[in-house]
Amino acid sequence: MGSKRAFDEMHGSGKSIREPYSSYGAWLHSLDISELGRRHKAADVIFRRMGITFNVYGDEGGVERLIPFDVVPRILSASEWRTLERGVIQRVDALNAFLNDVYNDQDILKAGVVPADMVLTNAAFRPQMLGLRVPQDVYAHVSGIDIVRVDEDTFYVLEDNARTPSGVSYMLENRQTMMRLFPELFASNAIAPVEHYPELLLETLRSVAPRGVDDPCVVLLTPGQYNSAFFEHAFLAQQMGIELVEGQDLFVDGGKVYMRTTRGPRPVHVIYRRIDDDFLDPLAFHPDSMLGVPGLLAAYRLGNVTICNAIGGGVADDKAIYAYMPDIIRFYLGQEPILNNVPTWNLRRPDDCAYVLEHLPELVVKEVHGSGGYGMLVGPAATKAEIEAFRERIIAEPARFIAQPTLSLSTCPTYVDQGIAPRHVDLRPFVLSGRETRVVPGGLTRVAMREGSLVVNSSQGGGTKDTWVLDDTPRSAQGGRHARTRR
Amino acid sequence: MRLHIRHETRYRLDHPARRSVQYLRLTPRLDRCQQVLRWTITGPETIAPWTDGFGNRVHVASEGEAHDELLFTVDGEIETMDTCGILPLDDGLPPMMFLRDTPRTRADDAVIALAGEAAGSAEKPPVIAPGDEVPTLHRLMGLVADRVTYRAGHTDVGTTAAEVLQHGFGVCQDHAHLFIACSRALGIPARYVSGYLWSDHTEMASHAWAESWVKGLGWVSFDPANRQSATDAYVRLAVGFDYADACPVTGVRAGGGDEALDVSVTIAPLSGTQSGQQ
Repeated sequence: MGSKRAFDEMHGSGKSIREPYSSYGAWLHSLDISELGRRHKAADVIFRRMGITFNVYGDEGGVERLIPFDVVPRILSASEWRTLERGVIQRVDALNAFLNDVYNDQDILKAGVVPADMVLTNAAFRPQMLGLRVPQDVYAHVSGIDIVRVDEDTFYVLEDNARTPSGVSYMLENRQTMMRLFPELFASNAIAPVEHYPELLLETLRSVAPRGVDDPCVVLLTPGQYNSAFFEHAFLAQQMGIELVEGQDLFVDGGKVYMRTTRGPRPVHVIYRRIDDDFLDPLAFHPDSMLGVPGLLAAYRLGNVTICNAIGGGVADDKAIYAYMPDIIRFYLGQEPILNNVPTWNLRRPDDCAYVLEHLPELVVKEVHGSGGYGMLVGPAATKAEIEAFRERIIAEPARFIAQPTLSLSTCPTYVDQGIAPRHVDLRPFVLSGRETRVVPGGLTRVAMREGSLVVNSSQGGGTKDTWVLDDTPRSAQGGRHARTRR
Repeated sequence: MRLHIRHETRYRLDHPARRSVQYLRLTPRLDRCQQVLRWTITGPETIAPWTDGFGNRVHVASEGEAHDELLFTVDGEIETMDTCGILPLDDGLPPMMFLRDTPRTRADDAVIALAGEAAGSAEKPPVIAPGDEVPTLHRLMGLVADRVTYRAGHTDVGTTAAEVLQHGFGVCQDHAHLFIACSRALGIPARYVSGYLWSDHTEMASHAWAESWVKGLGWVSFDPANRQSATDAYVRLAVGFDYADACPVTGVRAGGGDEALDVSVTIAPLSGTQSGQQ
């Protein structure tokens, strides 16, 4: 499918090199391809040594696997980034306003802008959150907004991740690795830094501490080493200098949360949790779960601890709600969306469903509650049998699915066995919301390593690239802006 | 009616537990049909009151020292009013969310058929004739009572509505779950209510029933176990999608082995003369 005709980040729609790539392109042109291969191998060694692996569910070849890293960066100009940055911040501000509303006044449902039943009967809508005011009215403290590009001027938001988005450790490690492999490029190009992400994350988490707590104790709650993102949990905790804890390390007493330490119990005020809602508190959610902390919901509703991201954020990043995001932005912010949605068919609507069933071979169909590229149909890449099997699933439960046109995702030059070849990419900026909403320049670029493939998820064999945002602020001004960079 | 309630819950453990945490939904809701006059809960080391998302008044009780017994004692007085089984006002909980099914209240074909029988509808899903909601729900209450014989020991707290209908035996929470599953299958929001029931002729004291949201009326209560709507003999402790959200005591502990549970509830009307008996 149209990989030949897709917009290329480096070459656009033609042969000449686009402006953001001019300096890098000249450098690449002067480089012997075998030298790039040598550095590609060196990157592999670095990642193995750092132990950056990703556990893949359902993979029998052992639980840990290396995510392919590509040495050719994805480059965005300063002005491209300014638009994306404004767009994702707008989007996350609207997501937070939406969550605050649906768990309190429900104005948007009363106004009929979003169908009430789509929210209220959604399994991701958590009655446990009703009537709870959270610090700064922020629910999605860390969001990953997945963006794809189809031409010079058109970016689409593919999906919002407002639960526990992962991947930011790859953004950080990719940058470090690139700086070690290609120091000359960082000397000759003004590339906006990303290394201060852990510092911003910690600032964000501290800014939503319970009222009256001046020096909050922040911890990162992980489900443990068998989770697919455990490496990232350990990495972020270490980078922020906070404790990495499992449920059994915490307990609730008198409606407050404490951490067991060798020097006795220590009060905990902010929990950056990387476990799902269902497992947070066995007394409130899944009763058999040993991952969480019994009594945590009580401490949360008493305002004694802040859970980041908040419980119940899933109702905002639901793929059926996604279709309403432009209206949600207009409703709360009174602004036009800066970033567009991909046109989406909601299969709960009979007309949409009929259209989709007739056009399955051209469309991408996703489960409303799915993630990680599981349970989706990429029509143009699917066999007849796969399409027919999916058709049965849709007919059985149409409301479980949405469909979108197959987008011609932009490609980026990528080092593969045959040399350098275009591969499709997306972009996940990580947006932090606390007292203010911020985003480090760039994000994680994911790349479908298989020729023509549009599935970039790491669980489906996707790789990653370093993402450069070219800095056009004068050099002298940079010292002040990025002085807090943490090494 | 003025009621005096005393409710003791005692767990005896085989050997000492290192830690335990409980949620206690043992305090009457702030609903318009009842007014608490006095209410105390005593329990383990620390006990802190909070309010959950359903507006239920909960206590979180925790014990951090080794213990081989847990005892919670509720003692209180409450004034209840007979509202003909109807809570007229929206209590801040969006009724529509109570259309959601849960593992305990998922409707299978037999449950849907029972709902259809109550509605006199052969269609799938069953349809209620306009204005026929309340009579349908009353017929449903009778059908649930007919199909499920009250008998303890056949079900547990995880038994589903579909299983209850299939086996034909259950206790009040099973009646409530089946009623809720059918009501939702008819497109009528329904919720689980846990509480107390005073009666001078049965042992039933801790009780559970159901409420359905009827447009224009409000939350209408149905107690299939007793084939009646709630009166001033009913005290409302908690509401939720099903038992899991509203159960009076739920807890986890580290260690302790098996437990023996002892519950005693006494409810007595409190009038000028009767209160003197204490």
